[in-house]
Order: sequence, then C-alpha cells, then structure tokens
Amino acid sequence: MKKLKKPKVAFYDFACCEGCQLQVANFGEALLDILSMIDVVEFREAMSEKWEGEIDVAVVEGSITDPHADERIRKIRSRSKALIAYGSCATIGGVNGMKNAFDLDEIRKYVYKSDYKFFPTEKTRAVHQVVKVDYFVNGCPVYPPEFVTVLKAALQGTPYYVPDYPVCVECKMNENICMYDRGVTCLGPVTRAGCNSWCINNGNICYGCRGMVSNPNEKGTMAVIEKYGIPLELIVRKMDMYNKCREQRA
Amino acid sequence: MMNKRNVQINVEYLTRVEGHGNIVIDVKEGTLQTCRLDVVESPRFFEGILRGRSVFEAQHITSRICGICACGHTLASIQAAEDALGITPTAQTLKLRKLLLHLEFLDSHILHIYLLVAPDLLGVKSFVPLIDTHGKVVRRALRLKKTCNDLCDILVGRHVHPISAVVGGFTKLPSEKDLETMLNMLVGMRPDMEATVELIAALKFPEFERDTEYVGLVSDDGEYPLLTGDLASTDGVRKSKSEYRSITNEFTVPHSSAKHTKLSRESYAVGSLARFNLNYEKLHPKAKELARALGMQPKCINPYLNTAAQLIESIHCLEDAIAIVEGLQQDGIAHDEVMLVGLNEQGRIPVKAGNGVGAVEVPRGVLFHNYEIDGQGVIKNANCIIPTNQNLNNIEHDMEKLVPEILLKDDEQITLALEMLVRAYDPCISCSTHFLDVRFVNR
Repeated sequence: MKKLKKPKVAFYDFACCEGCQLQVANFGEALLDILSMIDVVEFREAMSEKWEGEIDVAVVEGSITDPHADERIRKIRSRSKALIAYGSCATIGGVNGMKNAFDLDEIRKYVYKSDYKFFPTEKTRAVHQVVKVDYFVNGCPVYPPEFVTVLKAALQGTPYYVPDYPVCVECKMNENICMYDRGVTCLGPVTRAGCNSWCINNGNICYGCRGMVSNPNEKGTMAVIEKYGIPLELIVRKMDMYNKCREQRA
Repeated sequence: MMNKRNVQINVEYLTRVEGHGNIVIDVKEGTLQTCRLDVVESPRFFEGILRGRSVFEAQHITSRICGICACGHTLASIQAAEDALGITPTAQTLKLRKLLLHLEFLDSHILHIYLLVAPDLLGVKSFVPLIDTHGKVVRRALRLKKTCNDLCDILVGRHVHPISAVVGGFTKLPSEKDLETMLNMLVGMRPDMEATVELIAALKFPEFERDTEYVGLVSDDGEYPLLTGDLASTDGVRKSKSEYRSITNEFTVPHSSAKHTKLSRESYAVGSLARFNLNYEKLHPKAKELARALGMQPKCINPYLNTAAQLIESIHCLEDAIAIVEGLQQDGIAHDEVMLVGLNEQGRIPVKAGNGVGAVEVPRGVLFHNYEIDGQGVIKNANCIIPTNQNLNNIEHDMEKLVPEILLKDDEQITLALEMLVRAYDPCISCSTHFLDVRFVNR
C-alpha cells in the first residue's frame, strides 16, 4: 500500500523567549503521536536539521524587530502553504511591544551603553503586520490544547476562529470570584478568551496576553473601572504590556 | 608536518534572529592566533522596558526573558523586588519557592542531559534519530519532562511563565490533595532518574582539564544554597549579594558584542560544576553517592563534567523536593498566607523607595536581577546579568587550552570537541543546538 506523504511542518523563532516552542516538548509522550503524523523538517530549539524547501505548515514564534527578521519572515512566508502565528509575540507583538513606547536609540544606549551600535532594532511588529497570517494561536505562553486544535485545522486546511468574547465568559464558567470584587484590576473584560481563564484560575489577574477582543465593551469596562475608582491611566499602562503594537494597525 | 598546519574553524549560527554568535578558531602554522566565542543575547531590551513599570509586575515581565528559565527569572525578580521594598518572605513562602526552584532544575537539567548531551555521547546528530534507535530513552526523557511540567502546573499554574508566584508570596497555595499528588509524582520519578543515572554513567565524557575560578552562592547553614546566600568563589572570595557588580566586573572585548566577566583571575565559571565545587558537602547523600560512583570530587576542573554535575544536582533536587513536600504535609499549609497583590492597588504591601538585588542559582548558574524603585514602587533602573554571559569568557579560555591539545585530530573531531565543550556549559538551549550546524574551513 502506498503511504501518504506526511505534511512538512517547520518551527521558526524571532524575538521571543522560545517558551511557546517549549510548550511542545511538554506534551510528553503524546508528542511522539503528533510526530508520527507530521514530518518536522526544522525546529531550532530541539533539532539541528535544516530545511530550505517548501513547507506545508510554518509555525512562527516571536515578533519582528529588525530588518533581518523582516527579510527572513518574508522568505518563510513565500515557501509556506500555511503560516501559524504562534504565541503573543507573534500574534500581537506581546511584551516586545513595550519597547515601542521608548525612543529606540535611547533604549539601545540604556541597555548596551557604548556598544549599542551592535544592536540594531526597529519598532516591534506582530507577524501579520509584515506578512499574511493564516492562523493565530494567542497567549503568553500558548495554551497547548488550543495549539493542537489549530495544528489540526492547518493540516486539514479548515479555518480556525479565535474566540472573540472576553476571558470573563470562561472565568464565570470556572466559577472564579471576580478580581474586581477582590480589589484588584484585571484585563479579563477586554481580553480574548481561549485560555480557559488560566491566570485567574490560579489566583492571579488577567494581564491581557491574548490581545483585545475586536469589539471591546468600552461602556461596560468604563462602568467597572468607575465603580471601583480605578484611574484610567492604570488600565492603559496594563494594556500596554501586551498590546502596545495594536496602535500601529491600519 | 601535522602540528605545523593551519586550521580555521568558523561555526556560525543565529540566536533568536537579531543577534548571532560564532566559534572562531584560527591556527596558523600550528600556533593559535584567534580563539573566540561570541554569543549575543537577543536584544529585547528588557532592562529598558522595565523603567516606568510597577515593581509588582516585574516578575511577570522578566519571566518572559527566557521560556526555559522562566521560574528562575521569576524568583530572582521577586527577590530583587522584595529586597528593594524591604519585605521578608514567610518560612512557608520560602519552602514553596525552594520547591519551585528544584522543579526548575529538574526540568532544565533533564532537557539538557537528554536532548543535547546524550545525542553527542551516543554519536548521533540530534534526538530525532534516537526515536527509532533508543525509543525507550526518548520516552523516558519526555515522561520526566512532562512530570516536571505537571508538578509546576499544580504549584504555580504552569512551568512556562509561572502564574501564582508574586512579590509577597503566592496567589494560590497547594491543598492537602495537591501535596499528596505532588509527592506521588516526585516519588514516581525515582525509577526513571535511576535509569538516567545508569545511562549517563555508562557514557564516556571527554578528558580535558583547566583550573579556573568557580562562582556561586554559599551559606553558613547545612543547606545546598540555591535560592539565597552570599556570593563566593573557589579562589576564596566572599561577598554579599548587594556587591554583585564587583563579582561580575563586566567588561567589553574588541570584536565581540557580548559583555564578558572576570573576578580573581582571567575568567570564572558558574553553573552546576561551580555549585558542585563550592558546596559538595551539602548535597543530599544520594547525590554524593552518585558523585563517588562517577569518580567526581571537588575541585573537579573538567568542564565537560558539568553535565555529570547536572545529573548529580538532579538527584539532589528530586530528593530535597520530596523532603520539602513531606515537611509541608507535616506542618500543614497556612492558607491565610495566600496573596492577591495585583498592582498593589490596595496597598497591602508597604511601599518605599529602595534598591534591591536578587541573586538566585538557576540551572545555568547564578542569575542577578537588580531594581531601583521610587517611593511609588515604580522601577527607575534595572539590571539583569544572566549566567550564560558570565560563562563566555571562561569558555574562550577553555578553548584556548583545548585547541593546541587536540590539534593532531582531524577537522571534524576538533569541531565536535569544541561544540561539545560549549554545549557542556548548557548555554541557552537554542543557541547551543546551533553549534551542530558547522561551517568548517581548513586552509
């Protein structure tokens, strides 16, 4: 019997912590089942093998922050049938976006002193701000069950729709006490769900790592922050932690 | 004549796109001209972006420096913040943090031993061919890795970017059932760790020695110091963590964009072997037994044996983690210590201006975070020094001694010996895998 050719999957990283790729290693022995279905042709964090040919699914972690990365992501796009932006740095710019609040030369000099010229940098961009993205897996880090769903969709060529309702929906289902009622500011009301309210389940607030819902309930949010007397500036600063690249969107 | 030959080695690779690093070796007529390791950390400007942010969110941001050492960065960050604020953590918080650090060590050391070092010692290019030839070994590695990850899920929500570890303590505390589950998982790791010991003990590490200065945390109590302690070296230096800058003495070198460090002599090393050499006596008896079986004793000066020291530490961390959980079961968890801080909106933690240092042993060596904060708890200045940068200078000096010793070997063997040397230090995993892609030129 003729064996079906396994789809070629490649992992690439740009400016990021590589933690989302590490989530793959955390599948444990189930990883071997996934590996039996696909042909991983490149995965820098774990493999030395390299691949220059056509790719069925490219999984891209990290933000685009310099001219070299810009060129490289375009080349990856041109030889990939489908491209998955993987993790917050790729989907929304993530924590790398905070850099955009500073003058770039100033921040380079602050960190690298007189050697700053060795470290070229541009304003941080999410992957879709440079090339076409077919699938988004949000989160810092990604939520592994969602990645499996998206990978399946990408391999089958079916669409995946990122939930466009706030984390609060999942949080209510998980019966957590609202963080505002507990006296702290949470970004759940304006942040895309899909993480199963991971952080709030563990007693912490939502930091907004999955990006904002497309149509945030501004009135509702304003009512909440007014009710609890929270300065608007505080909310804006919190939003900036992950969402600073958003303002660059056309 | 062989020893009069010219050798030029150029190992080029990309680290996280922006930066790149090389091994550059140039031998002319048998004399070493150039010997350099250049690793550039991906410039993401964390120290810069921390300015203006609340010290209560620093651990959330700095965890994102590294997905592999996320728990280590979190703990160093919290320690720096608490030092600046003048907070003393409770005994229970310290125990839970030590447990978290043990899990981080186990997770990282297992990843390094199996994924990076074992393929070299088994003579293959990466772990991928091992799936077919050594299926049991690969399955064991993935099983161990997943168990560490699952343990972190229970303790702090997840391993990559822990959720519940914050300034002041934890936003959730383990239930009695959680403690029991963790204990069973830890005890369940013992057979796989024993099999790991058998695997590594049967492999042969390259023979090479260079005496150097080893730096790490020390303390006056009986505990193998990982979370807290003074800074010390095998050359007899001992200083408080607030003086960390006079330990690292960062300096720049021409033609290299990475900062180097040195202390009492030309270079120093941090990491498992440094800790082993400084604190051997305080290791768990089972770990010491393994060291004896491997023929290792302090002061061990073969850098390739850093991997063996990682294995010894893994045994120590597993046994001490079990002891910590058992202790928590006995004492019971004080659930009223659960912390919800957020941005300290409710002023639960008193805030004052200050300057704080976190010095924490993470898998690759001692890690420093330093924050200066104002009266509102806003970060004015930040500085982080990672272990890999502290090891660069030492690796270069190792290479300088190693290359002339192995000049009679063929090009491929020289390259492999150099790659394995760099890899033994367990520099950030993504960087080191790239040393597998070699451009070798012999003129």
